[in-house]
Amino acid sequence: MALLNELAKKKEGLVSGHRLCPGCTHSVIMRQVFAVAETDKYDIVVAAATGCFEVSTGLYPYTSWNVPWIHTAFENAASTISGVEAMYRALKKKGKLNKEIRFIAVASDGGTYDIGLQALSGAIERGHQFLYICNDNNAYQNTGNQRSSATPFAGSTTTSPNGKVKFGKEQPRKDIVSIIEGHHLPYTAQASPSNWRDLMNKIKKALDINGPTYINVLEPCTTGWGFPPHMAIEIAQLAVDTCVWPLYEVIKGKVVINYKPKKKLPVTEYLKPQKRFAHLFKKGNEHLIEEFQKQVDAHWEWLLKREECGIEYGV
Amino acid sequence: MGRIAFLNANAAVAEAALVAGLGFYAGYPITPSSEVPERLSKIMPEKGLPFMMMEDEIASINACVGASASGVKAMTCTSGPGFSLKQEALGMACMFEVPLVVVDVMRGGPSTGLPTRPSQQDIMQARWGTHGDHPIIAVAPCNAQEAVFETIRAFNLAEKFRQPVVLLTDGSLSHLHTKIYIPDPDEVEIVDRAQPEVDPENYYPYDYNYEVPPLAKWWTEDGKSYRYHLSSLIHDKTGFPTVYPKYAQWLLERMHNKILNHRDEILKYEYYKMDDAETCIVAFGSTAEAARVAIDQAREEGIKVGMFRPLTIWPSPEEQIRDIASKVKQFIVAEMNLGQYKLEVERIVGGRAPVYGVSQAAGVLIRPSQIYDKIKDPSKRVEIGLTEEELKRFGGGE
Repeated sequence: MALLNELAKKKEGLVSGHRLCPGCTHSVIMRQVFAVAETDKYDIVVAAATGCFEVSTGLYPYTSWNVPWIHTAFENAASTISGVEAMYRALKKKGKLNKEIRFIAVASDGGTYDIGLQALSGAIERGHQFLYICNDNNAYQNTGNQRSSATPFAGSTTTSPNGKVKFGKEQPRKDIVSIIEGHHLPYTAQASPSNWRDLMNKIKKALDINGPTYINVLEPCTTGWGFPPHMAIEIAQLAVDTCVWPLYEVIKGKVVINYKPKKKLPVTEYLKPQKRFAHLFKKGNEHLIEEFQKQVDAHWEWLLKREECGIEYGV
Repeated sequence: MGRIAFLNANAAVAEAALVAGLGFYAGYPITPSSEVPERLSKIMPEKGLPFMMMEDEIASINACVGASASGVKAMTCTSGPGFSLKQEALGMACMFEVPLVVVDVMRGGPSTGLPTRPSQQDIMQARWGTHGDHPIIAVAPCNAQEAVFETIRAFNLAEKFRQPVVLLTDGSLSHLHTKIYIPDPDEVEIVDRAQPEVDPENYYPYDYNYEVPPLAKWWTEDGKSYRYHLSSLIHDKTGFPTVYPKYAQWLLERMHNKILNHRDEILKYEYYKMDDAETCIVAFGSTAEAARVAIDQAREEGIKVGMFRPLTIWPSPEEQIRDIASKVKQFIVAEMNLGQYKLEVERIVGGRAPVYGVSQAAGVLIRPSQIYDKIKDPSKRVEIGLTEEELKRFGGGE
């Protein structure tokens, strides 16, 4: 990868002036995408599902996007980019277009884990050459923090509120990386904006692969999760250091863990600064924190074992 | 004795649904409707009632169809794009003849449109959004208090006629806070679906002897077990699919007749200063409140104008509008779309009087001054009712 001072001089694909919340990491993640993309070798086309990122970066009459960008409905970023990519291949085959283009679909967890899952699954199965980036902010933040299947266990949202009979969301989050990986695509990864070099490596790898690729990126949300705007990257780092958000890749079925914390922090370090977990620290809710820790540990152990196995898909 | 609360229409709908006996909610977040599930998510778990946030709009309405078929009152709530996604299952609910309430908080369309702005652009979608010949009931309250009573009425109509009912509000009404009265269930009429009087072995879910056949609960408190078949295909009295042409014709005709023959029980409307009116404003929902102000202003100047306000949008109050057509000189249909209900009024009036429109799809409420201007000169096009200064607040515009 290029040196930091070289990266800083690169032409930006997403520029300032957008109206994301102060402290939002959507733009941080996307800047890292463009910092690593070899835009001297290929052009980039982006499809964005409806969500925070889309509404905040394309407000009339301005756009933050320096690349061709298409806003689609909530559930179909992957379908729309499929159409664009298929047309590109057809034009290229006919010799009408000679440019090299890379296609990126961006959505958040609502548009990926939930309503967009069918479209994403279809696009990967058909084998389009595109990178799908899910900026996972753990809920429907654009419409006001309603629960999604990416909302973590015990997280309080506006539709899974902590109350007299419930303690927030009762179910653990969906393991989307495993679901995507089940498509046997060439490359799947999970990343975090706190570990920017790791994130950029993953983006570069994904963009260089001829086929569908998927990266799940943690996108701490100051408004929905309830932490001060300056803490977003810190929260992301805590998610990584507690193994709530492991950084890993699945290459042809083989798990590679990219970061193993020297000292795995207890989940409380991650939970404590966030208002959505405040109720877990009330007396009588200790068992919820224990359960949270248990789920995180189980997933981490499972990943470690999978890495140890080191088995690729048969084909 | 009920209680007084300071709520917006979304919260009012949620509260009223509980009064009406809501037993199941499944939904998906969408602006400007999300306060409905947000409020229910706090209340329903405490009452031990299932509240589910689903993975999409399609799942939401299908879960409601399943719950309603299991014998409880179910509701889902959405806005434009979500209402589009729900259409297939809405048709299925019509075919199953299961009671269901679908709330559509109308925002500007088409597509993602104007997510945070009000509209009345789903009038025709409420009627014809799903494919095939199907009956529908749609109601449209004009303020939060009325939303309470119309929600209860929507549930009652759904139960009485085994029919999905669409409750239409809009992005402005849904967020306007007002003081409202939430009645206790014993203060209002609450209708529960009719239960069969026959034994399980003689029960048919689409019995030819009824206009609205009783929809048995598969669980009953006395331990009887009604087992039957529901199909989204054309079916005979047993619920099993058939292509027998006579059954297909009978089924669709009965499904329509159960609504059209009972307009007197379904229709609700208001006449406002219509006694001597020469001009009739037709308006519903938020727009009706603007029309009222415009009419009062015009009346002060001696202009004979009144309003006909349908609360039941579908089926349309044909007889009432036809009757007005024989008395007035002209109609003005004011609505936040490009003239959808105007089409229906034109069809009913059938050329007996000219029908003009204040048709605004700009994502802003129609103002009394716009309707007033139209009353003064119906032939003149009414521009968006915002001053240059106000328009500037919206940004852009070059």
